[in-house]
Amino acid sequence: MRTRSAAALLLLAPALCLIGLFFFVPMVASLLLSLTDFDIYAVADRSALRFVGLRNYSALLGDSLFWNALRNTLYFVVVGGPLSIAVSLGAALAVHARGVRLKGLFRTVFFLPVTTTIVAVAVVWRYLYHPRFGLLNYALAGVGIGPIDWLGDPDWAMPSIIAMAVWKNFGFNMIVFLAGLQSIPERLYEAASLDGAGRWRQFVHVTLPTLAPTTLFVTLLTAIGYFQLFAEPYVMTQGGPAGSTRSVVLLMYEEGFRWWNIGMAAAVAFVLFAILLGVMLLQAALRRMLSARNETQDADASVGREAARPTQEPA
Amino acid sequence: MKLRRIAATVALHTLLVAAAALTLFPLVWMVGVSLMPTGEAMSLPPRLLPSSPTLEHYRTLLERLDLLRYLLASATVALGATLFSVTFNSMAGYALAKLRFAGRQRLERVLLAALVVPGQIGMLPLFLLLREMGLVNTYWGVLVPSMAGIFGIFLVRQYALTIPDALLDAARVDGAGELRIFYSIALPLCRPILVTLAVATFMGAWNDFLWPLIVLTDDRLYTLPVALAGLFGEHVQDPELMMAGAVVTVLPVMLVFLALQRYYIAGMTSGSLKG
Repeated sequence: MRTRSAAALLLLAPALCLIGLFFFVPMVASLLLSLTDFDIYAVADRSALRFVGLRNYSALLGDSLFWNALRNTLYFVVVGGPLSIAVSLGAALAVHARGVRLKGLFRTVFFLPVTTTIVAVAVVWRYLYHPRFGLLNYALAGVGIGPIDWLGDPDWAMPSIIAMAVWKNFGFNMIVFLAGLQSIPERLYEAASLDGAGRWRQFVHVTLPTLAPTTLFVTLLTAIGYFQLFAEPYVMTQGGPAGSTRSVVLLMYEEGFRWWNIGMAAAVAFVLFAILLGVMLLQAALRRMLSARNETQDADASVGREAARPTQEPA
Repeated sequence: MKLRRIAATVALHTLLVAAAALTLFPLVWMVGVSLMPTGEAMSLPPRLLPSSPTLEHYRTLLERLDLLRYLLASATVALGATLFSVTFNSMAGYALAKLRFAGRQRLERVLLAALVVPGQIGMLPLFLLLREMGLVNTYWGVLVPSMAGIFGIFLVRQYALTIPDALLDAARVDGAGELRIFYSIALPLCRPILVTLAVATFMGAWNDFLWPLIVLTDDRLYTLPVALAGLFGEHVQDPELMMAGAVVTVLPVMLVFLALQRYYIAGMTSGSLKG
């Protein structure tokens, strides 16, 4: 037994040291830095460093640049997230549907954009969106819609970035949904169809409820990923036009690595962290609600049949 | 009834083919433009395919813009990250799954809680730390955050849980040491998930942009995505050249994925759902 503990320690040590030093330590340090006025002078000379309490945070909350970045990021998350998930679910349902040929091929094709480098596809899409020579405007002109300056118009820039993000990302959630769909037992559909439920009612009463945990999981991952929006606006719009695509992480990058206001940038990072924490807690609460509901449903269904149910495995 | 079923199937396939075409379009167009003679992409009406395909932009990238150097940099970083992450994460994942030791459950809880925290949060102090260590502007500096990760550890852990204890105990009875059991029994059994982890790490490291952008300040060390973003600033008016750069940046990962997608998709979907 002793040798097993020693072996465990030996096997865990490299990974835990790396994660501790390069993940946990910076995380804590970030919180501490956000309480200082660490700037370009302090980078050169540590004695210029001062503790300023919550001043960075209060400065941030009074800064319209920050609110603007937060609003842009929320726009991206709240519009782009559900859109991504809907497209992923639609694609998964279509690929999974009975009688579809070449499922593997469709799955591969839909996943391909996920493997691409965001910088490269941002370059490609910037040309697609070109106001004069872009294919998108050319196609729209064919149906009589005048040229739109997709990335140059503050109202269109974020929707354009969202469209690209949906295209690039939907394949990943699609395979997660596909795995969820494949795990739905066939007998549930048989039972529903014996009860006289058509395709649509089977979808609403069998598919959707069984997919709920998968959907919740996918939503959490998507929200966390989308809150970190950076490369798309960095390459396509540099945060413009008129700051309409400057995201929170882009703001952090500019504050930290362009202006070297590291204390301020750390505060931005921590506000983002607080938001993500909120999202995670919300997801955990929803998940508990969901499993509580399923339990009562299961209990209703199995009244009198099962005296002792096995304890539910911890979520 | 049967006719309706056939009509629905035809409609579904039409939809799928249209969606697939739409999905592939930007990628096909990227390749098409990269082969056009200079100026052809900026003409009306826009062309989808080159009038006379040429490799001149690839040649320019290679000969004038140091493409090979960036390609090597990306390969170094991506392969390095893959090697380290598969080694360290498989060791830790196996230990969590199969070895009993004091504090294991607490450790798992801490790691799980941190699983969804993005690395961006600690990016600034990490940069300052690497600066103290003299790792800024080196490939080690780029590699360091992807050498081991909580996601990778749990991916392996979930898989390693399925190894029967009896097998390991039998080896113990035969007198094999713990490290030997890990190396010659557990690791070979975990091969499918290690391939998944390798593909995921390779993809992540190759495609990463923000971190190498921060750590590498010398443009001779740039990885492909960072170099491409830099080139894009100077050559916006040169879509054919930029598209060729995009093709070179995207292609290696796509080939790795196509070759190993069976493992990758199976592993990602089994691991991600049980978390």
